[in-house]
Amino acid sequence: MAEEVAVSDAMAVEQTLGGDRDAYRVLVERHSRTVYRMAYRMMGNAHDAEDVVQEAFLRAYQKLRQFAGNANFGTWVYRIAANYAIDRLRQRNTEEARRERPSTTGEDSLEVDPLSQAQDMSPSPEQLARSAQLGERMKAALAGLSPAERTAIVMRHWDGCGIDEIAEVLKSNSNATKNTVFRAVQKLRRALAPFLEGKEARAMGTEG
Amino acid sequence: MKHRTEEELIGYRYAEERERTAIAAHLKECAECRKELARIEAVFGAMDAAPVPDPGEDYGERVWQRIAPRLGERKTRWWESLFVPQRLVALGGVVALVILAFVAGRVTRPPVDQADAAKVRERVLVVAVGEHLGRTEMVLMELENAPASKGQKTINISETQRRAEDLVEENRLYRQTALKEGDQAMASTLDELERVLLDIANSPDELTPAAFETIRKRIAEQGLLFKVRVVKQGLDEQKANPDAKPAENKTRGTERKKV
Repeated sequence: MAEEVAVSDAMAVEQTLGGDRDAYRVLVERHSRTVYRMAYRMMGNAHDAEDVVQEAFLRAYQKLRQFAGNANFGTWVYRIAANYAIDRLRQRNTEEARRERPSTTGEDSLEVDPLSQAQDMSPSPEQLARSAQLGERMKAALAGLSPAERTAIVMRHWDGCGIDEIAEVLKSNSNATKNTVFRAVQKLRRALAPFLEGKEARAMGTEG
Repeated sequence: MKHRTEEELIGYRYAEERERTAIAAHLKECAECRKELARIEAVFGAMDAAPVPDPGEDYGERVWQRIAPRLGERKTRWWESLFVPQRLVALGGVVALVILAFVAGRVTRPPVDQADAAKVRERVLVVAVGEHLGRTEMVLMELENAPASKGQKTINISETQRRAEDLVEENRLYRQTALKEGDQAMASTLDELERVLLDIANSPDELTPAAFETIRKRIAEQGLLFKVRVVKQGLDEQKANPDAKPAENKTRGTERKKV
């Protein structure tokens, strides 16, 4: 056991509410990476993911008094981040649609243009064979999803969130959320089909 | 044979589908649906294998550096901290005790003078702290006596942890009361207890035998169980004979003024 006594989330929240701003640091350091992983999958690039993480912790700090002490702080800040990420995705899609600019995104660029990537879902097998690592393909496939679908699949598949929890973020009901998850998987499947074609399922899990 | 839909097979993978058993039975019989499921599994496999860049071990610290200047100062009135939900539960307990002390004072010896009221209040607190120490003793004993069989990879302490979490808040309030009343010995024992309770509460549910042993060793080295029993015994004596002078706290060698 470490000599220094670890502070629980609940205690750190309490100390922060009591005016000790530095106590919040414990919470930020403890949960940033989990939130980052979700934010990266949602946003598709490191820059936007970092923005989501920072904004989520700022918002959580401002709303800390609303936080129910018997809930889990990690889950709470994750949800705030997911809400912010979906807003950002919607905003980004609207801006992209307004600009209607042609695709300028390179294969190795971190920035993903959802519209152009969506149009780039069925490149030739030769191109695929030459190009991308699985991560890049996945990033492109995710970019082809709507913000709600993307949120639903990230929360469901990678973070194992329950349907009700996802429904809350999407401001939807359970059945509609299940459908959203299904649509997301279906779209990913179509988008990844050229990449996965002709390969054994087991081999796919280890590529990239 | 009617084949399963793509939606049903995706649902099957996520264990959302109510017909999971029925689908499993169907899959046994239907090679085509098994193939389809394998193709869906390939997508999930690709999803699982898709990497997310690691932001680095110090990522949390970097986030803190970025946001700290933007947090601003949180101005808190002293009474606001009492309304933090976790503290509220413990506060509720204390309020109930004070009411009980008041009612007990009114019912048992009317009319009551101030000295008597203080005595009743003190007695109620003696009972409450004694009970708290009893519960803490149980947690410590559970850890001390937990069986660790050979070859066991992890030890589950989740039940004990939950109780430790509940005791932390309670412990803090009693420690603060003891400090306020100038009972350094009691405050010091409660402080040691609080640290161990926090350690237990913050440990993972599943402890390695080594980590588990470290907690046990710490409890033993500090003689916590012994100290709890001694203080509790003193309180029990005081409870039985409220007019007697409080017993000396043998763990510190200083006189406990009151709880």
